[in-house]
Amino acid sequence: MLAPGQSVASVRGVPAEPLIVADLACRRGDRLLFQGLSFRVEPGAALHLEGPNGSGKSSLLRILAGLLSPVGGRIEGGGARGFLGHEWALKPRMKLGEELAHWVRIDATSDRLPAAMAAMNVAALSDVPCKHLSSGQRRRAGLARVLASGADLWLLDEPTAGLDTASTALLAAAMAAHRAQGGMIVAAVHGDIGLDAPQRLVLG
Amino acid sequence: MFLILVRRDLALIARSPALWMPVMFFVLVAALFPFAVGPDARLLGRIAPGVVWVAALLAALLPVETLVAPDLEDGTLDQLASRGVAMELVAAARIVAHWLGFALPLLAALPVAAVLVGMDSATGWRLALALLLGTPALAALAVVAAALTAGLRGGGALAGLIILPLALPILIFGVGAAVPGALKLLAAASLVAVAIAPFAAAAAMRQD
Repeated sequence: MLAPGQSVASVRGVPAEPLIVADLACRRGDRLLFQGLSFRVEPGAALHLEGPNGSGKSSLLRILAGLLSPVGGRIEGGGARGFLGHEWALKPRMKLGEELAHWVRIDATSDRLPAAMAAMNVAALSDVPCKHLSSGQRRRAGLARVLASGADLWLLDEPTAGLDTASTALLAAAMAAHRAQGGMIVAAVHGDIGLDAPQRLVLG
Repeated sequence: MFLILVRRDLALIARSPALWMPVMFFVLVAALFPFAVGPDARLLGRIAPGVVWVAALLAALLPVETLVAPDLEDGTLDQLASRGVAMELVAAARIVAHWLGFALPLLAALPVAAVLVGMDSATGWRLALALLLGTPALAALAVVAAALTAGLRGGGALAGLIILPLALPILIFGVGAAVPGALKLLAAASLVAVAIAPFAAAAAMRQD
């Protein structure tokens, strides 16, 4: 899933390098989704990916996360990735608290978990088996996992889909705090998700 | 990291409703054979190791659809890969957890199965040793087949077709454990399967 020479893991706590994408091209099946794509995201900045359904927003996020190989181009910097996709990656029989605890164990950031769960308002759901969570609660859990990971670059695929107004405000506050600490955000969006002064990239 | 992954896989196995299925299956197959071949104790004693091995092979295959496919579908593999966790490590952890989940209970149930097929104790001990050496390979093959068929409709049946021919060397040396040298060959075949499997499974899990 990682292109040769591409490094995703960075030393946490050290200010991340800007994300630099040069001449990126992506093919799915026999369809060329985009080519010659170049952009740069500085620490503290955010990028809106816009465009109609099927224009390659999700594919670009997967490429940036190292899950998909581009057919051409280079990706540099960006630091450690935190990815929120359309799948929940929550096991139905496990309690939400156990699930998130597992992921911070992998990230070696267990100390960040309580604050992250509080920030996305999922602390009270800690003992609930994941199969009983609503889709909005699952998305908040996925966002809490990104927050807790301590990743430099957040890759969010329609993060506000299914969120109520209060949760959207929580996400906006979390994203602002992340950027204030020099973090970067690339988000596929339809409309506003509460990011202050984002760069925009329109695909398709 | 490896231990975190194994621990997690074991927690998922322990939480699964199918936890005791492979062992129950193993004992039931062993119980079925005396009825199938009739009450000829000598014949039964001669084919007993073969019966136990086939039962063990089927028990290893039973949870094959839950070994990799759920992680692929629910985004768990994406989350691991985006953290830079090597798929080889994920596959190796899965093999260890699957082995602990099916082979250990199976070895514990072996005395029951041995009585059911009328095995003497010397054969029983030799068979236990052979199973201990051979079952890691069965677990490894099951994880490879699970990775290859994850995301396919009817993947479980296809996984069976992939594993059964590959498991032949294990079966042959395992059943022939009484022949001098067979255990060494069994151990060698098992070692090769366990060594190659994480890389084969990882290659299959890495498809875009």
